[in-house]
Amino acid sequence: MSIDPNASLALELLEVSKQFGAVKANQDINLSVVSGSVHGIIGENGAGKSTLMSIIYGLYQPDKGQIRVNGQAIQLRNPQQAISLGIGMVHQHFMLVETFTALENIILGAEGGALLKTTTATARQQLEQIIARHGLAVPLDIPVAELSVGVQQRIEILKALYRNARILILDEPTGVLTPQEADELFVILRQLTAQGVTVLLITHKLREIMAITDQVSVMRQGRMVAHRKTAETTIAELAELMVGRKVRHTVEYSEVALGTERLRVKDLVVRDASGVERVKKVNFHLNAGEIVGVAGVSGNGQSELLQVLAGIISPTAGEIHYSQHMITPKTPIDAAEVRRWGVAHVPEDRHRMGLVLPFQAYESQILGYQSEPKYNKGLSQNYTAMLNTYAEQAEKFDIRPRSPYLKSASFSGGNQQKIVISREINAEPEVLLVGQPTRGVDIGAIEFIHQQLMELRARGKAILLVSVELDEIISLSDRIIVMCDGMITGEVAREEVNETLLGMLMANATGEQHG
Amino acid sequence: MKASTAERWLSLFILPSLNLLTAFFFTALILLITNVNPIEAAHYMIQGAFGSQEGWGYTLYYTTNFIFTGLAVAIAFHAGLFNIGGEGQAYIGGLGVTLVALGLSPYLPALIVIPLSIIAGALFGAAWAAIPGYLQAYRDSHIVITTIMFNFIAASLMVYLLVNVFAVPGEMTPASRSFPDDIKLWQWHEFMGFFGVDFDSSPLNISLLLALLCCYGVWFLLWKTRWGYEIRTVGANPDAAIYAGINPRKIWVLAMLLGGALAGLVSVNELLGVQHRLVLGFNAGYGFAGIAVALMGRNHPIGIILAALLFGALYQGGAELAFEMPNVTRDMVIVIQGLIILFSGAMEFMYQPLVRRLLWRWVRAGA
Repeated sequence: MSIDPNASLALELLEVSKQFGAVKANQDINLSVVSGSVHGIIGENGAGKSTLMSIIYGLYQPDKGQIRVNGQAIQLRNPQQAISLGIGMVHQHFMLVETFTALENIILGAEGGALLKTTTATARQQLEQIIARHGLAVPLDIPVAELSVGVQQRIEILKALYRNARILILDEPTGVLTPQEADELFVILRQLTAQGVTVLLITHKLREIMAITDQVSVMRQGRMVAHRKTAETTIAELAELMVGRKVRHTVEYSEVALGTERLRVKDLVVRDASGVERVKKVNFHLNAGEIVGVAGVSGNGQSELLQVLAGIISPTAGEIHYSQHMITPKTPIDAAEVRRWGVAHVPEDRHRMGLVLPFQAYESQILGYQSEPKYNKGLSQNYTAMLNTYAEQAEKFDIRPRSPYLKSASFSGGNQQKIVISREINAEPEVLLVGQPTRGVDIGAIEFIHQQLMELRARGKAILLVSVELDEIISLSDRIIVMCDGMITGEVAREEVNETLLGMLMANATGEQHG
Repeated sequence: MKASTAERWLSLFILPSLNLLTAFFFTALILLITNVNPIEAAHYMIQGAFGSQEGWGYTLYYTTNFIFTGLAVAIAFHAGLFNIGGEGQAYIGGLGVTLVALGLSPYLPALIVIPLSIIAGALFGAAWAAIPGYLQAYRDSHIVITTIMFNFIAASLMVYLLVNVFAVPGEMTPASRSFPDDIKLWQWHEFMGFFGVDFDSSPLNISLLLALLCCYGVWFLLWKTRWGYEIRTVGANPDAAIYAGINPRKIWVLAMLLGGALAGLVSVNELLGVQHRLVLGFNAGYGFAGIAVALMGRNHPIGIILAALLFGALYQGGAELAFEMPNVTRDMVIVIQGLIILFSGAMEFMYQPLVRRLLWRWVRAGA
């Protein structure tokens, strides 16, 4: 343990364990967090980070072990108690009422008396003080829905500070931010720690750990496997600790001859159900044997683009050409038809679209291909064929556990994603549309999924890759399209890529607009 | 015992039994309040439902209706819809049965009229369910609201038709004229007699076999065919369905059509099997009880058969109870039904945390 014995500890966990059924989510966790520091906690998905944070925030009670806040042993029964002890949490998905202003959101649950007026007056005063002290620029009187994601996150932080949080837990805070917004967040965190606030940062992004934390603790399979001073460790060491073995962090890139054009998008416009233009006059093309990456902060039209290309929603204007087939605003919505054209789709959100969670694995494995003759025998489905397909794919993609009868919901994120990706690759598509292929997937599986995509490219298939992970886009793509506010703000070839340029384009800060 | 097996037992057996016992416990309390000995009452009920061939006959006759309406709720449920309209669908199904039975019998032999009449019952029920289904799928009208409204519309429509169209001139009863003598289903005692087995006379008829056949059909459709796969996909995750190229709107209408057809078959049991004419309110309560049957039966045909049997026994046993004990009215059956729905439906998971904890302790101790 590399912590100065004289430092005062804001938070201490001693031998904390938590079990859900047969799953040991946390085992004998020890953790010491120094007051006024930024302490990072990293680990793969399913390593037990969320459980641990829920214990610290009072959502779960540990089966055994002790929690100490500022040296005092405490028993946390609920989040209210955690809040009263000065523990605040900023969730990955914001807990804000979109139609309320920042002020209204912040006093929510702490309204005081029956009349709002008095509370708002005193709250406004206090908030202005906090804002001034910590340099958190937040407009108090604008509905949250009209504010950017970065500002919404600041409201969440403000909400915690308003409740006198001295220990702030941030769960994957940069997932929704541009690199520039993330930098702003880090500045804020530094200011907070300067004022004596302790920050607990949960992330799976090693680069952030290196950039902002003072100490870092690594979790693996429910255990705390290492504590390091950030200054004394390296990305490679942390990655190895997380996975438990050496990680090759780069994908081997090889030249592939460019084939014929597989997809051309002309002046594509997509409006959502409420009439908002999500995709604005987008033009691009995709050839066989290349991966085109679509970069952008989440929510800038990439999801709609992917869905319209997959035949899930209708375009409002423009044309989509897949070789000799075409989608126009008049084409009826039919994802099955688009599949028949040789287009496969790995959706961004596997829980919402890619899988049917209550279905057994082999049933999810044919989702979208259920009408294929090979899976049907007369009136009945062909169970032998379905089970065989699952067995083959499970073997090839190392889906664990192998059991075809396990419910899709019971697989880990990485294995669920392998079910989806193996299914779509197995269809031997000419064009593969991929959204967030490695979201919530552990490092080992990320490596594997990237290899599969590169292999598909080497076989001369065309791949459109939508991802919010810049590293992923950069390492896999031949060309990168950047989207901001529904428009394509730039196209960058592999040779010209750097993160600053992409960040500028993602924020549309270059001032240029490409059609 | 393995953990997954333990969970299965918990959800399929332990919890439903506990819920049922709780419902019975509260029934007993209510009986005590009304000055009735619950043990004695239970004795009369069980005796009434299962104590004689006649009792069994009535119990299974009610069970038949509950199977149909339970399946009607279940199949829609698998598509993610809550079909509250079994009541009206059964009623309108009766219209179909009657129209064919009365209208075609002068021209065709009974052997053809009877199957046509059964089909008409299903088709009319399906048609009545299709309208709310369509409104849900294409007009965003909530299925719960529309199916309830359609129950009332069906009731009014049938009153109008019975009084103004079907009623036999000169008679005061709101009922159609009787079907010709040969337009009826085999009674159970006739059916068993055919095999040389004696069975006491009761309303039970071979519709029971039709109901069991429908159970198999629903099971086969839902879990063995790709249409069932698509229905279940839509029910579990409509977004995934669209992703997979399945049109949820079509599936919703299809599921409602099938549900309506199944509910419509209640009229086969009631009209072709027992009444042999169209009567006012022959559907009373079966549609609504079907919701409870489906809930208790976990929307699975086997569960539905068991739950329908329970409800059939309650109906029959309750009638006997009301007959034997002056303090108890038939309404008590509805109270018991209500308690069962309350504990097996609304408070289904009340015991889950406790039982799961105990079960885990036991599983771990055994491991």
